[in-house]
Amino acid sequence: MENLALIAQVQSYTAIALGLIIGLGAIGACIGIGIMGSKFLEAAARQPELIPTLQGRMFLLAGLIDAAFLIGVALAMFFAFANPLLARFG
Amino acid sequence: MSAAEHATGPANSTEYITHHLTHFKVGEGFWTWHIDTMFMSILLGLVTIALFYSAARKATAGVPGKWQAFVEMVVEFIDTTVKEVFHLDRSFLAPLALTIFVWVFLMNAMDLLPLDVPGKIAGLFGIHYWRVVPTADANTTFAMSLTVLAVVLYFSFKAKGAGGYVHELFTAPFGSNPLLWIPNFLLNLVELLSKPVSLAMRLFGNMYAGELVFMLIALLGATWAGFTLGSSLGMLGQVVMGAGWAIFHILIITLQAFIFMVLTVVYSAMATEHH
Repeated sequence: MENLALIAQVQSYTAIALGLIIGLGAIGACIGIGIMGSKFLEAAARQPELIPTLQGRMFLLAGLIDAAFLIGVALAMFFAFANPLLARFG
Repeated sequence: MSAAEHATGPANSTEYITHHLTHFKVGEGFWTWHIDTMFMSILLGLVTIALFYSAARKATAGVPGKWQAFVEMVVEFIDTTVKEVFHLDRSFLAPLALTIFVWVFLMNAMDLLPLDVPGKIAGLFGIHYWRVVPTADANTTFAMSLTVLAVVLYFSFKAKGAGGYVHELFTAPFGSNPLLWIPNFLLNLVELLSKPVSLAMRLFGNMYAGELVFMLIALLGATWAGFTLGSSLGMLGQVVMGAGWAIFHILIITLQAFIFMVLTVVYSAMATEHH
């Protein structure tokens, strides 16, 4: 019975932690993409002939900005389905 | 997870997902081999080589066929990207970049296969777990990024000489005062080690998360229980959302392969330019 309470505790804290990981990561990634996108639109309006070059760079930056967020999502998913903290209870 | 369980289907959604996340493993502990990852990555590497070999074989100087035109487009794209950033002799780096781009793209593209199809095919051979996306396994991505680290070190030594590179490790960026050797070295070490780690984790995270979303979408259609309203809506929902996510994922696949290639070239260029 004691074990059950401990398992429930680990699972509930894990669930809260997963929400925080994904939520906070999403905030950072979305604000970053928003700032970068707005700069791109400004530059495109000022110099339309640069749009192809800037667009290539923009996609590259989008991938880099999303990197930390998606690493967080991957780790969160790992904890959701194969929680190593839970494995210690057997 | 026994063969008998596999034959009767998953008991609940968690079991479905953990089943699809299990590798076909051989061995124990540190010496586990993920046979499915190794097989798929080697197979796709051979496909990459075969594709470009066939184009090179049939290349004509006259009017090119469609496949030759496409291959020329890809090669020129990679060459332009490398030429813009890397200013030494690029006869080693440009083919490496081409290999990385096409190979990683093909490995990522395995994610677009419908979720249970590889499992059924593997089941015909009596294999109960098979993950088709090699880049969704951290082993593959770390192997590639550690190789990129070796290439970066190779270029560092080649461009600056052994003595020059070690001197730079201890005296850049703060200065050559002996008191600053330890901080300089620690900073350079962190910079050097963060590159392969971020490279590997970025690709792994994107592909693993993408695969997982496909599995979660598949759970919707897995609730099929005859032609009732609820399960028909579930099936329709799976098709629609699965198609939407697959289309978005095509962008992610190409983008991540491109980013891996560009960062390899940029890190190599940075390794040859500090003076």
